[in-house]
Amino acid sequence: MERVHRGLSDREAGRTAVLEPASALATARAGVWRRRLTSRAAAPYWQAAPLALVFAFFFVLPLVVMVVVSFWRYNEYSITPALVGDNYVSVFSGCVAELPSLCLTFKTYLSTLKFCVLAWALTLLLGFTVAYFLAFHVRSLTAQMALFLVCTIPFWTSNVIRMISWVPLLGRNGLVNGFLITAGMTREPQTWLLFSDFSVVLAFVHLYTMFMIVPIFNSMSRIDRALLEAARDAGASGWQALWNVVVPLSKPGIVIGSIFVVTMVMGDYVTIGVMGGQQIASIGKVIQVQLSYLQFPLAAANAVVLLAAVLMVIAAMTRLVDVRKEL
Amino acid sequence: MADTKRKTTAVTRRDVLKGAAAVTGTAILGAPAFISAQPVILRYLGTAVNQSKEIAQKVKADLGIVIEYVPVTTDDVSKRIITQPASFDIADAEYFQLRKLIPSGNLIGMDASRIKYADRITPVFTRGEVAGKKIGDQGTAPKKVFYLEGKSSTKFSATPTRWITLIPTVYNADTLGIRPDLIKRPIGSWSELLNAEFKGKSSILNIPSIGIMDAAMVVESLSLHKYQDKGNMTKAEIDLTTKALIDAKKSGQFRAFWKDFNESVNLMASGEVVIQSMWSPAVTKVRSMGVPCIYQPLKEGYRAWAAGFGLPKTLSGKKLDAAYDFINWFLSGWAGAFLNRQGYYSAVLDTAKAQMEPYEWAYWMEGKPAEKDIKAPDGTLLEKAGTVRDGGSFEARMGAVACWNAVMDENDYMVRKWNEFIAA
Repeated sequence: MERVHRGLSDREAGRTAVLEPASALATARAGVWRRRLTSRAAAPYWQAAPLALVFAFFFVLPLVVMVVVSFWRYNEYSITPALVGDNYVSVFSGCVAELPSLCLTFKTYLSTLKFCVLAWALTLLLGFTVAYFLAFHVRSLTAQMALFLVCTIPFWTSNVIRMISWVPLLGRNGLVNGFLITAGMTREPQTWLLFSDFSVVLAFVHLYTMFMIVPIFNSMSRIDRALLEAARDAGASGWQALWNVVVPLSKPGIVIGSIFVVTMVMGDYVTIGVMGGQQIASIGKVIQVQLSYLQFPLAAANAVVLLAAVLMVIAAMTRLVDVRKEL
Repeated sequence: MADTKRKTTAVTRRDVLKGAAAVTGTAILGAPAFISAQPVILRYLGTAVNQSKEIAQKVKADLGIVIEYVPVTTDDVSKRIITQPASFDIADAEYFQLRKLIPSGNLIGMDASRIKYADRITPVFTRGEVAGKKIGDQGTAPKKVFYLEGKSSTKFSATPTRWITLIPTVYNADTLGIRPDLIKRPIGSWSELLNAEFKGKSSILNIPSIGIMDAAMVVESLSLHKYQDKGNMTKAEIDLTTKALIDAKKSGQFRAFWKDFNESVNLMASGEVVIQSMWSPAVTKVRSMGVPCIYQPLKEGYRAWAAGFGLPKTLSGKKLDAAYDFINWFLSGWAGAFLNRQGYYSAVLDTAKAQMEPYEWAYWMEGKPAEKDIKAPDGTLLEKAGTVRDGGSFEARMGAVACWNAVMDENDYMVRKWNEFIAA
């Protein structure tokens, strides 16, 4: 019925086309559009539309605004639309002139990169081990669930409280130093335990290992156990089976977890601030300071550079594994 | 058929809505008594430190005005005033921020003729004097930004006018806090902050515009440089100051930096740090934890700050009247006494004095030994009888102000250099 109707209207459109070319063309086009919009092929687009709109409004639009604003001019109390590269020049000021010593931006990125690598390597090692244990050594689902809950205990309090709690543990007069001194292992309290690179990495590992465990566990739980048996039957040792069977099949989980950890460390400034005693620079902190001094365009330019850097890292990681194919 | 039906209902629904609107309209017009019985709500934008629940309760009881606190950080106060001037009815901002806020045109001059105690505001603000003596005016001293040329002017007036930018709420003189039990010797100069004796045990605050001033006090007391105006450095001076900080940081002088009140309290109370820039209530907090801590007066003087009420240009009618009522109430004594008892200073001293016990006034304002135990507004013990306030009397403390929190002309450059210091 519907098809007949549509056919008719098409024929009508054709007939009018002979008489009045311009309007007929418009009618025909409208007809084509109507068909496209109502046809079955369009259905997925309609279904995706609500989410796409939400994304467009709350994700794409702010990003576009950020990029646009990064080219604006500013003074202490206002920002004015313009198309100038001053903010980017300012972000990279001295980066070429001061070589071989590093400029602020390069130094900050290098420091952030160092934390990325350290946090990533440690969370991966820990996360993989925990996920492996949960997936292959814990048999009952209830036990798995219970142990998962145990993993989330650190997240039961707020981030800031979790970080402040390190002070009585690692501080000059803290528990660890107290133990070291009474055990005679050191005479002076060790100050590198707190407000140092060490404490920052420690906090990152503490905070983000969970984000490694979950996706890796997810990948591992879908590995066909028969593959492991086959590996053993074929004479593989435990380590060989782990390296040649489990690791390759967990790759999507590893990559997803790595993306989580790396992006979070790249953008972090609260952890670095609190655990580093505010003495260690981070891109996020630089942006935050600029925002608080109302240097919005400059902060936007910094954010664009940070975004580009993070995207490059993620692109490199996804190059290693096609996450979409593996899922 | 279905179409017609739908149309009819639509019309009816719209009629109903129209009717409802009309009824509501009549109700509003016909019942002014009901509306005026509603208390006026003032959205009070400021930092959490200044927003006491006791003050809000007292205003409610005395004037029937409901104060709705919008607590944000100092930086966010200026951000809000500039980007969302309609999101508050009264702002509690710092004087140094005015150099950014006034040019935006979002705050208006307050009519001195509507402020009952305008001519009794301490001369610290109006003339930059304490007890007839000029005090330090480097930086954004309040007297430089106290008056506007006109109600909606964006220019400051050097001579008194009818239009006031901010009506002072609290102000104080900041210095270094120390742990006497761990230092075990007298401290008398800002230069001690970078003394190698306290290597790995000192701290400075990581708020660029304030931190750089503390650093400048140190640089000057080390005789490295004499500033024309610590609150408005040249690029070369900024370079010199940050270099001194970077050298100290690289040699491991600082244990940590702090950004908020609680961080400074934790650093001091845990003994991680024995000497650092500090705020007065933080010292009180450390002391109330039973840890000895002194807000040490230093021979080079204090770095002062001041905050006050400003009104957004969007305010009008009943809310504007209420804002003036609230400000007049604030200056009339109760609030001033409340603030003085926390170690801050209030704008109109004699009204506050009338609301304080003589022994309280003697301790807090005259620098005399406490006759009785000194208690905080909530009743907790602050100081035992016999103690003397650090730095002494109002005249001794405010009279020794060397500079004021400031926004520099080279603010951009300063922020960049400060970031380099943090990254070093």
